[in-house]
Amino acid sequence: MTHLPAGLTAATFADAVKAMQATVGTEWVFTSDPDVALYRDAYSLFHDEPEERVASAAVAPANVEEVQAIVRICNARGIPLYPISTGRNLGYGGSAPVYSGSVVLDLKRMNRILSVNEGDCSCLVEPGVSYFDMYKHLRSTGSKLWLDVPDPGWGSMIGNALDSGGGYTAAPYRGHFEAQCGIEAVLADGEVLRTGMGAMPGSETWQQYRMGIGPCLDGLFRQSSLGIVTKMGFWLFPQPEAHLSCTVDLFRFADIEPLIDLVNELEYGNIFNGMPSVSSPVLTRGGGMMFAEVPAEEEMDKMVRETGQPAWRFSVSFYGPEKVIRAQWDYVQERFAKAFEGAKFREGQFTGFPLDEAAMEKASKARFGIPSLDIFAVGSRSPNNPEPSHGHIWFSAIIPRSGKGLVQANRVMRQACERLKIPLFMFSPAVTCWTRSFVLFAAVPVSNDPAENKKLREAVREVIGICAEHGWGEYRCPPAFQDAVMDSYSFNNNILRRVNERIKDALDPNGIISVGRYGVWPKRLRDGGKA
Amino acid sequence: MSRIALAAIMLVAMTGSSAFAATRPAAKLASANVENGKAVFERWCSACHAPKASLAGTLALQTKYNGEVPAALEQRTDLTPDVVAFFVRNGVAWMAPFRKTEISDIELADLGAYLAKGPAKRTDAKRKDAKRKDKAR
Repeated sequence: MTHLPAGLTAATFADAVKAMQATVGTEWVFTSDPDVALYRDAYSLFHDEPEERVASAAVAPANVEEVQAIVRICNARGIPLYPISTGRNLGYGGSAPVYSGSVVLDLKRMNRILSVNEGDCSCLVEPGVSYFDMYKHLRSTGSKLWLDVPDPGWGSMIGNALDSGGGYTAAPYRGHFEAQCGIEAVLADGEVLRTGMGAMPGSETWQQYRMGIGPCLDGLFRQSSLGIVTKMGFWLFPQPEAHLSCTVDLFRFADIEPLIDLVNELEYGNIFNGMPSVSSPVLTRGGGMMFAEVPAEEEMDKMVRETGQPAWRFSVSFYGPEKVIRAQWDYVQERFAKAFEGAKFREGQFTGFPLDEAAMEKASKARFGIPSLDIFAVGSRSPNNPEPSHGHIWFSAIIPRSGKGLVQANRVMRQACERLKIPLFMFSPAVTCWTRSFVLFAAVPVSNDPAENKKLREAVREVIGICAEHGWGEYRCPPAFQDAVMDSYSFNNNILRRVNERIKDALDPNGIISVGRYGVWPKRLRDGGKA
Repeated sequence: MSRIALAAIMLVAMTGSSAFAATRPAAKLASANVENGKAVFERWCSACHAPKASLAGTLALQTKYNGEVPAALEQRTDLTPDVVAFFVRNGVAWMAPFRKTEISDIELADLGAYLAKGPAKRTDAKRKDAKRKDKAR
């Protein structure tokens, strides 16, 4: 049964389907129930409930001109259109729309790598290009360039960047939206916009200088409902000569404040360029993925004495020529030895590039820009997990990059999850994809039982509120929580959302693109009018 | 037991209340392109189902069948195109279904034919192919 967009007649919808078929071919317009069901969010928190966000149809264009034509067809008829790139943003909505009845615009067929520039170390791609695709292309062409990959390699470079995904290599590349340079987007009226230097015909610097002139418009398309990104440029990492990973262990609770301050000074001073991490061996004895609640100072120091495990571990890594990165590691040791009594240093793996086949097998893939799906093993059926869950969601809050911030967020979140019986399977309070803040990540299984999911939704909404009371906001979330999270950015009577709405009304007056995404709704659906 | 168990699971899943896509009859084996099926496997499946114990799919199937059938899909001899199509279009646990823009119906038939052929027959086919080439020389 087709789930028509609210307020649309079956005749208008049928007419639009016919027009879309004429544009892309009947084979690429999906309207049958089994075909449309493939666009369900496999990890939905509303699984099989009336509120589950489902598509009315899906259409898969092959090029920008077809995207423009489809947008015009939908705009003329007020049909909501929900673009996806590869639709593999599992845990954050997958390939399903945020607003039921939307037609999913599936951009997977637009999978051309338009250019890779070995000279300025950049590329220009279409939204269907996955990390696997780009990696394969770079290796098969003998490129000297690396790409920065998130955990699952089947994601879209563009889609991941637009949802603010992050990776694991050197600092300038880890924030994927920050490493983009140049966007082409189709607007709601079908016009094509190019940002930055792409706005100047004949420019050779579209992938070199992001700003162009005037307000920088790239941000309009991040987590947005303002346009359909059809091209994006990225800066790529020239393969370094080597990588060195090392650790520094500290043994007192009180070390955490000066530890984070020194990590910050060294990273912002370009002494190391790899992704750092701050963990606690004494608090992760139950498994590296589960950081326990930080106890009181005396208790933690006692645990350290009794177990011999360090209170804190700073993992640091370096990419570059061997003599440079060894000197950087020497300097890091010097600074830590001066600042911390009893600091223990361990030089870990040294890896030269390119990797040979055997080294590739053992490699920490994401650190070397190699895409994989290895991460999914954390939720697989296994002897420790005999009944795997239906899926998972992520909770991802931005917290302060300070010792105090880390400890406080850890305690508040751990206590809240315990009280609300949120069944965490991963809890990591100090993720450093972005250099200037921590991200607190928590992963929670989802069920296919509506009662369980209802409980989880209520609990997570409460956690969003608790975080907001402390000034910790999620930077990304599944559709079930996008309104609540946008509401929590409430400075000056939610002016952030209100300005987003004004821009939405100006650029997309009929309110057709990505309706409801990240809490921005078109006029007709605001103030309780949401379906 | 394993085949019966798998068939029973499939029957429950296919006739259950799930609104996920029902499996359409896979294209006839004869018309399917096994070589292309191998390419589809490498592109979409091997990242989780290659013969490496730590991969998500291989780990899951090792745990599920405990060695009654090989954990790596390409080593199985009991797969049919319909079974392959069912799991591709419905997903299981954390494996989300694959859309037709990812694996088309034709590619799915090729994949089914490739996995249904089993490792021994694929080796046989390669040997025969090599012999034919030798003769042609």
